[in-house]
Amino acid sequence: MGCSAADVASAVRAMATVVAQHRDELVDLDRAIGDGDHGENLKRGFEFVVSALDSTEVDSPAAVLKLVAKTLISKVGGASGPLFGTAFLRAATGLEEVDGPSVAAALRAALDGVVARGKAEVGDKTMIDALRPAVEAAEAVRDKSVAEVLAAAAGAAEAGAESTIPLVARKGRASYLGDRSAGHLDPGARSTALLLRSLADSAGAS
Amino acid sequence: MTVGLVIVSHSVRLAEGVAELAGQMAPDVTIRAAGGMEDGALGTDFDRVLTALERADSGDGAVLLYDLGSARMIADLAVESHGNPLNAVVVDAPVVEGAVAAAVAAQGGGDLAAVVRAAGERPPEFGEQAPPAAGETVELVLRNEVGLHARPAALLVRTIASLKADVTVCHNGQQADARSVLALMGLSARGGDTIKVVADGPDAAEALRRIGKLVEIEFEE
Repeated sequence: MGCSAADVASAVRAMATVVAQHRDELVDLDRAIGDGDHGENLKRGFEFVVSALDSTEVDSPAAVLKLVAKTLISKVGGASGPLFGTAFLRAATGLEEVDGPSVAAALRAALDGVVARGKAEVGDKTMIDALRPAVEAAEAVRDKSVAEVLAAAAGAAEAGAESTIPLVARKGRASYLGDRSAGHLDPGARSTALLLRSLADSAGAS
Repeated sequence: MTVGLVIVSHSVRLAEGVAELAGQMAPDVTIRAAGGMEDGALGTDFDRVLTALERADSGDGAVLLYDLGSARMIADLAVESHGNPLNAVVVDAPVVEGAVAAAVAAQGGGDLAAVVRAAGERPPEFGEQAPPAAGETVELVLRNEVGLHARPAALLVRTIASLKADVTVCHNGQQADARSVLALMGLSARGGDTIKVVADGPDAAEALRRIGKLVEIEFEE
């Protein structure tokens, strides 16, 4: 992944492909502890994102991310719309060039936005369990390349997602299940890790 | 104009039902239902909520009530995108009770802060006792069948909304602020029951007169 708007747009398209490939897995995860719509909502949301990229001129990486945010907020009916939308929107703010430190800062801004929107913290069995360790890992290697920063974030997000399995959910639809939510991977943490891994792969491939 | 309401729900029918119920008590208040997705599926639709908010806010502000988690996030996002974010408030309250209480407060001419307060208030817990009310007192026998149910309670609140008086309704050892629909309903006063109304302040006598009249005409039922 280079630094141009086109590079970021193609990384977003790659995320859409990954989400589509993992739709059924996310649906199954969400059926276990939620309402079962996460995989389909996110897949449809990213389909709208791809159409928006096809039909809109975007001239900067930040503009690409803002378009993603706006589309997810408008088109995804579940919690993932406002949460991922807020993450992309905050990541876009202040992202002028794409280098290691700015990517780490964008991830931090995304995390802060999601925390403010969803009021969740680490241990609540949500996407924050993947996103916060990802941000901390990215910041630890912020002076390296974009690919290395994103690879560190993706690895930490995957470990963070796995850590949700024994947890009892305290936020979102899964929290209504109480103790029965333990023993399942949180779908939002899983999709967060998938998206970060996809970004890292795009960055590493260029 | 009055403060407006937006009901944000995952379900088209739930939002419309809550708006219908609250609207029955507040004929002059703009209550917009923003439920479901554009195609009618379950979910919360940002564009629908933002449009509803813009229509509900006539300039006096709007209160948004929501059903479940992500509806709150969409409501927050709509407020942030509203032309005047300070004129819209998302209230964390049970959506049905909150909407009814907010609608009645708005109908009575309450400003945005008053409507927010009304929406978010909780009826007193059973057994909780405020100090006994003091002032001019009348005892009234409720003649309408349902007693101080939702619509009669809303009428009572509205009939004294403009008066300067602290008014308390007592029933069966409990008492309720007569400006709170939820508190009045919490008294569970039914047809045939006797209530004691206590009023204090410059308009106390007028408040008692109006409430007495309302009871006499059986709350227009």
